[in-house]
Amino acid sequence: MGTAFPISRRDFLSRAGTCTLTGTLASLLAQSSLAAPEVRDASFGPHHIPKARRVIHLCMAGGPSHLETLDYKPELARRHGEPMPESFTKGQQIAQLQGQPLKCFGPQHPFARYGDSGQSICTLFPRIGAQADKLCIVRSMHTSEINHDPAHTMMNTGSGLSGRPSMGSWSTFELGAKTEDLPGYVVLTSVGKGGQSQPIAARQWSSGFLPGRHQGVHLKSQGEPVHYVSSPDGADLVGQRRLVDAVARLNAAENGRNPDPEIETRLAQYELAYRMQTSVPELVDLSDETEETFELYGTRGADGSYAANCLLARRLAERGVRFIQLYHRGWDHHGGIKRSMEITAKEVDQATGALLEDLDRRGLLEDTIVLWGGEFGRTPMGQGDGRDHHIKGFSVWMAGGGIRGGTSYGATDELGYAASVDPVHVHDLHATMLHLLGLDHMRSTFRFQGRDYRLTDVSGKVIQSWLA
Amino acid sequence: MLPLLAIPTGDVPVTFDRDVRPILSDNCFECHGPDTNKRKARLRLDREEGLFAVRDGRPVVAPGSPANSELYARITHADPDSRMPPAEFRHSLDEAELETIRIWIDQGAIYEGHWAWNKPVRPAVPAVADASWVRNPIDAFVLARLDAEGLLPSPTADARTLARRLSVDLTGLPANADQIAAFERGELVEALLASAHYGERMTQHWLDLVRYADTVGYHGDQEWNMWPYRDYVIRAFNENMPFDKFSLEQLGGDLFEEPTMSDKVAAGYNRLNMVTFEGGSQAKEYLLKYAADRVRNFSTIWLGSTVGCAECHDHKFDPYATKDFYRLSAYFADIDEVGVFEGVGAVPPQMSVTSPEEEVELAEFAAAIQSLKIDLERDDPALAQGQASWESKAISEAGDGVRGSAAWLDDAQSNGGTTEGVWSFVGAEDSAPVYSGEHSRKQTGSGIVQHFFHGAKKRAALAEGDLFYTWVHLDPENPPEQLMLQFHVDGTWEHRAVWGADKISFGGVGTDREAHRQLGDLPATGEWVRLEVDPAAVGLGPGRIVDGMAYTQFGGLAHWDEAGVETDTPSLAFTTGSGSVRNAVFATAEARTEEQTQLLRTYYRTISPTLNETRAALGEAEAEKDAFQQTLPVMLETVSVEPREVRVLPRGNWMDESGEVVLPGVPAFLPQGGLDKEGRADRLDLARWAVSDANPLVARAFVNRVWKLLFGEGLARTPDDLGNQGARPTHPDLLDWLSAEFIESGWDVKHLVRTIVSSGTYRQSSLTRSDLVERDPFNELLARQSRWRHDAEFVRDGALAVSGLLATTVGGPSVKPYQPAGHWRELNFPMRTWKQGEADQLYRRSLYTFWCRTFLHPAMDAFDAPSRESSCAKRNRSNTPQQALVLLNDPGFVEAARALAEAPARLSSKQADGEGVQWIWSRALARKARAEELSVALALLQEERIRFQADPEATQALLAVGRRPVPDDLTGAELAAWTQVSRLVLNLHETVTRN
Repeated sequence: MGTAFPISRRDFLSRAGTCTLTGTLASLLAQSSLAAPEVRDASFGPHHIPKARRVIHLCMAGGPSHLETLDYKPELARRHGEPMPESFTKGQQIAQLQGQPLKCFGPQHPFARYGDSGQSICTLFPRIGAQADKLCIVRSMHTSEINHDPAHTMMNTGSGLSGRPSMGSWSTFELGAKTEDLPGYVVLTSVGKGGQSQPIAARQWSSGFLPGRHQGVHLKSQGEPVHYVSSPDGADLVGQRRLVDAVARLNAAENGRNPDPEIETRLAQYELAYRMQTSVPELVDLSDETEETFELYGTRGADGSYAANCLLARRLAERGVRFIQLYHRGWDHHGGIKRSMEITAKEVDQATGALLEDLDRRGLLEDTIVLWGGEFGRTPMGQGDGRDHHIKGFSVWMAGGGIRGGTSYGATDELGYAASVDPVHVHDLHATMLHLLGLDHMRSTFRFQGRDYRLTDVSGKVIQSWLA
Repeated sequence: MLPLLAIPTGDVPVTFDRDVRPILSDNCFECHGPDTNKRKARLRLDREEGLFAVRDGRPVVAPGSPANSELYARITHADPDSRMPPAEFRHSLDEAELETIRIWIDQGAIYEGHWAWNKPVRPAVPAVADASWVRNPIDAFVLARLDAEGLLPSPTADARTLARRLSVDLTGLPANADQIAAFERGELVEALLASAHYGERMTQHWLDLVRYADTVGYHGDQEWNMWPYRDYVIRAFNENMPFDKFSLEQLGGDLFEEPTMSDKVAAGYNRLNMVTFEGGSQAKEYLLKYAADRVRNFSTIWLGSTVGCAECHDHKFDPYATKDFYRLSAYFADIDEVGVFEGVGAVPPQMSVTSPEEEVELAEFAAAIQSLKIDLERDDPALAQGQASWESKAISEAGDGVRGSAAWLDDAQSNGGTTEGVWSFVGAEDSAPVYSGEHSRKQTGSGIVQHFFHGAKKRAALAEGDLFYTWVHLDPENPPEQLMLQFHVDGTWEHRAVWGADKISFGGVGTDREAHRQLGDLPATGEWVRLEVDPAAVGLGPGRIVDGMAYTQFGGLAHWDEAGVETDTPSLAFTTGSGSVRNAVFATAEARTEEQTQLLRTYYRTISPTLNETRAALGEAEAEKDAFQQTLPVMLETVSVEPREVRVLPRGNWMDESGEVVLPGVPAFLPQGGLDKEGRADRLDLARWAVSDANPLVARAFVNRVWKLLFGEGLARTPDDLGNQGARPTHPDLLDWLSAEFIESGWDVKHLVRTIVSSGTYRQSSLTRSDLVERDPFNELLARQSRWRHDAEFVRDGALAVSGLLATTVGGPSVKPYQPAGHWRELNFPMRTWKQGEADQLYRRSLYTFWCRTFLHPAMDAFDAPSRESSCAKRNRSNTPQQALVLLNDPGFVEAARALAEAPARLSSKQADGEGVQWIWSRALARKARAEELSVALALLQEERIRFQADPEATQALLAVGRRPVPDDLTGAELAAWTQVSRLVLNLHETVTRN
């Protein structure tokens, strides 16, 4: 596991490598449990006044079809069954459709206009549609990786190669988190019934070469919520408290004899660990939620569902967690996409809409970025009655802190193949997200193996027109 | 850079390599360095000739005259638009850096090559003020530097600390009282080096470098078998195999003239990279991913360099060109592999791993089989006559117009093919449905499940009108969602027929084609149905030879039974060769080819009643051999085949084929050594070069990493980057001296370790000193030893060792100790659960814990064990609440505490509690508890004793953690309370810290 805890400035001496911290300064930093300052102080904190303080990434894992979610293509419907014009596909990378005839496959579900802004959204998503005026829909995304595993890695780290830090880790590394007793970066997962549930690797929330505490912590909405967070049977909290106190006394005594900032850090981490043993169960205990809230989300929790995770996401946001990521594994619709979309959309629509509404009425949405989307899109060409992976054009939406709601950005061509108006690469998405968090993506770097790495690799631009 | 030298004064000579080049590399090389495509103004500052060039009449650097040096003029230019580096580059030179460059030019601008690219020459051992401190030359280098800084080394640590330090550094295990005594007798170092645990410890580090794991890494992260390689590494370190030999065997052991089994296992190194099974992946793209990963891995280990940066462009800082990257990758282009692996089987090619004794046994099996085969092949007039009458009978049968079924598979898998997947023959005794004979094959599971055979000796030779059939029975309560039959032809499985929902990912979900023919809905459930496939529907027809069939379903429960071919000529449906027996029989005597004659002769011998006994004996002998072979471990094999073509890929784009074709070669700027052999160079040539005089990096890289194991940091603090952007060694001469010593000792690793741990430098106290806190916060001067938290593996091994639970078996398949439930829930293809091990498997050293790349064991992960997706020369060393949670709550640690508590719990009924506390302290920390520790421990004991005495339920619950049985005499509150005291000591900072 490893975690992201508030003491990000504790890292600052290790910005250029992984040296062990020594000296008095370190001990001061180790005791700090403050979040990052309003503006950058030494090497940490935001570069400018942030618009958003946290991110909720609703990752629709498997790659939802943009053509049945956010990108309506009547021309594709008209050409349904006709060969896909070669001018679109020649020399382009494809996945499972290699060597097969490529035919247009029209949208399988109708679209409608939602909200005062009249945003065009597939009718499978009425509850998200009800929030249309909060959404900035981006229809011109493209990415560089066509298989699930490296495409997720690209979406999280800005590179298809494993080993780099994920965006959640970058966020807590730069900014810390306003939470005393929870990790700063939390990941939740759920499995859908409407598609192949493609695996998702823990590397997606890895801190890569950043210090281990910035790794995402996987929180389960069923069973033990975080690994090792429960006292051993029979030790219970009384015994555990006694034990932790005894450990603290002896470690403090050792530190008195041979002062060592690592001992001080360990003292603090044992205290944090003990607090997590109560704060995590409290986090997942939904007994203080109202009936109305349960109905809004469509879950009573503790069922491992996406809806339960949405409710937990709100609770995490309330508690100051910096980066919250939900993976819903159910969007890999190679076959039977018409029916599969109905199933998967139903799994996410209500709770997603509920989350936006709930965050908004609690005043949290104004400084929370909500990002909804997959690791890539799906082909306008049919794969039987499904669609293959597609990287040249797909859609996502964002809402919340600093985002201009009720707007659309970019477009694909008339068949929904390639991003043709204002293309947005994953790097641009990252640059804009960091900007909203108060960070200049060009200046958020970490030296590893002689190179200054950043989330946006060697590119990325902030997209001004998304900003409120 | 050393903080001590950050502000130059002019009194200390500025040197180019130490002081100036790092500044230029950081600020200038991106545009004026090795990358030819990004170079601006044709100016190159990473090379001597570029630095001292004269341009437009002005020297870039004029020795002795900053004023006449264009370089200096530009970096100090008053006009921001003309000043270098440009503002948009976001780097700027501070006063100290400008001053460093000024002084260097002023002092004569003496150029030096990069420290790591000069051949290491053994430097003279420096003179020092106090020679009495010098135990060996290492100390002279360290002390000379301290003398210059006016600092004293730290006192030697006490025997207990040194014994504990040596033990954990050399074996990864805590020292006990015997080892402290051995240390005092001067015997500990040799004892530790001779211990099998030494090899385990060194292997732990090596496995990080070579990214050894038990799963494939990408996507489904399927399991594979590589542990014989891990055991080879343990053996090599324990036998003190010279490092040059160790390198040769791993990179090219399979290419030796007569490779031993050990050489072939060592060459498994070449197969340790991640691979994918993800459907829809393009083989070419993934082959290139694998190739690039091998270059990165080789260059980290044997060059200490980041050659991987040159995949898409020339290296920005070091003189590695893109072409160098692809030339290195070409060495590995001969490795037999596919880009995307299919199915749920093993990653081919695989080999069985045998000991010399097992080789003998195998030879005996082979001899017995051979003699039976000779008997079968004998010329015999009676057989010839039998064959003739069989042929004429077959011809008449063909004319009768009656179709029949020729079974290929029924009550046993006896067609000679290799089987994979789970073959579960069941019958009436299992209340299982059976269609024909005594048995059917039960198959059940969630998701994709399959069993299949391929490479059958008895193959289906298709004729006009033939149909494949298979009997299947779907459970009415729990039917599969989809069925698939696959046919194996010419080495591929690209002929599939499917029924039902489109769930199975093979062959292209949603498509309807020869590789994925949709034959409609699932058949009725609860009865035997015959699935039929017209060969033409799956792209097969007369003349094709089919040697395998796969029976796949998605979820549910099905029984599979007889499968075969429906045909006009059942007795001629199969063949044992590459041609059709039917055609051969029908060929007239004059039209019959030599091959056909031979085929009939061979085929008849497989059915002749005369040979029944011989065939049975042969079958038995082969089965015995197979059964024996099944007991042998298998692993991925490195097999050399015709090398794939390797091109330079512009911007690393695998779809761009415009780059030049390259042959294997080492980086052009390094000495090429004796690489001018005829023909294409191979991996063995690369290995020979890597450990030759020509490679200045290898010894430094290795020595630096070993130093890191023994001091916490390398002499160069970036063990994975000895290039321009890496950290210069704190003691360059010492690193060179040790490198020369290492090479001249015959690459003797134990000698290197022994030399370092015998030094006074190593034996210093690790306590921080008030005079060093400010002067040397990162301990770069080595005026003391270092302290750090144990590596993940050693944290757990230590608890197992002090509790007495540790199982000390060396080697063998990876094991699965306790892991939190559900940790593998996000894995798929197939879905898996962690099957917790039994008995000793729970207590093996963590080196043997199953290493799942995408979901590493969470306790290992918490303590910064790397995922092993790529090479790791330097683990993070974090200090997190997760670590506290593991030590507090992981059942393995709670169980270890209980085991450690047994002796004091027994003692305390008769003796004072203090003695029990002391016993725990001496086991865990090899010392007595101090007064305060004693009182804290006794207070905890007493409080918990009272709590447990009052709460038998809690007592039983705590004692039930872990599989170790509770001794009959110790079931109560005493053991539970003492367990809490043991937990206290296992959670102390000192317990998990190397001092």
